[in-house]
Amino acid sequence: MLVSIYRYNPETDLKPVMVDIEVDVPTDRDLMVLDVLNLAKEKDTTIAYRRSCREGVCGSDGMNINGTNGLACITPLSTVVKPGKKLILRPLPGLPVIRDLVVDMSIFYKQFEKVKPYLMNDEPAPNIERLQSQEDRAKLDGLYECILCACCTTSCPSFWWNPDKFIGPAGLLQAYRFLADSRDTAASERLAGLEDPFSVFRCRGIMNCVAVCPKGLNPTRAIGHIRSMLIEQSA
Amino acid sequence: MVTSATNFSRTGLSDWLVQRVSAVVLLAYSLFVFGVFILNPELSFEQWSGIFSNNAVRIFSLMSVLALCGHAWIGMWTVATDYLTTLQLGSAATFVRLAFQLGCAILITVYLLWGIQIFWGS
Repeated sequence: MLVSIYRYNPETDLKPVMVDIEVDVPTDRDLMVLDVLNLAKEKDTTIAYRRSCREGVCGSDGMNINGTNGLACITPLSTVVKPGKKLILRPLPGLPVIRDLVVDMSIFYKQFEKVKPYLMNDEPAPNIERLQSQEDRAKLDGLYECILCACCTTSCPSFWWNPDKFIGPAGLLQAYRFLADSRDTAASERLAGLEDPFSVFRCRGIMNCVAVCPKGLNPTRAIGHIRSMLIEQSA
Repeated sequence: MVTSATNFSRTGLSDWLVQRVSAVVLLAYSLFVFGVFILNPELSFEQWSGIFSNNAVRIFSLMSVLALCGHAWIGMWTVATDYLTTLQLGSAATFVRLAFQLGCAILITVYLLWGIQIFWGS
């Protein structure tokens, strides 16, 4: 099958180009997109991309696959390409390209840092550990699973337009993960950092984030919860 | 926290609330105006001007004009800060955006004063 790969080296190339590579794909089983990319790399060893765990845990190989962001290692070929069609691989949109499919994720991490993604608790630390009821722990389901692959944030038009100001779905999902945690006592401080016109309120409910999340998480719902908390605090 | 000098109110939260509340006012007013047309298919100018010189309708109309102004400012500010940024326009972005927002401000002020004149003038 034909695999069309985005090739760009900012140090030597004036413009990015799409390069087609013919890859022999076995017909008796369904491969993951990453497997096909590995086969393409056997033909052209200069193709650059990130991958590590090859099972959807590390979040390294987020890329744009036939127009939709996803993790190459857990995206079956049959779900993205019809038989006889091309597999088209591009880097995650909206971030600067370092080389081919490798993007510079600095601004994504910067937005993540802004939400202070760690527990803040001003009460004296107990001898062993802070306990949490099973009900309170259940509130973190659907939030803590995020692997920061950036598929959601880089599919969000609000992030494309204001990557320096809008925190983006991944960061906001984590913001709510700590707002919802019964062991965290800094909710009002966290909310005060989010009530400006950009950090949260650039979200227009486009829901690309929900559509592409490889872990099946729902950042739009978390953003809705943050809005409700902001209203409750200020009203 | 990201601050901005040109948004409607102090916080994104109040902008967001104003946008939603004003949308409800505008919906109610639109339904009212359509209702007037549907209930009076053969509306004469005298009847029309009678309805709109009623004080309750005047207040409702003024509320809607104010809602429209707030809604328009927040909406246009949002569009401007999405599309007229340094990412799209380079160093000219702030000038272009402020010029665009000045245009919006003038237009909205004209609509507001004109609206008041129409609904509350003799």
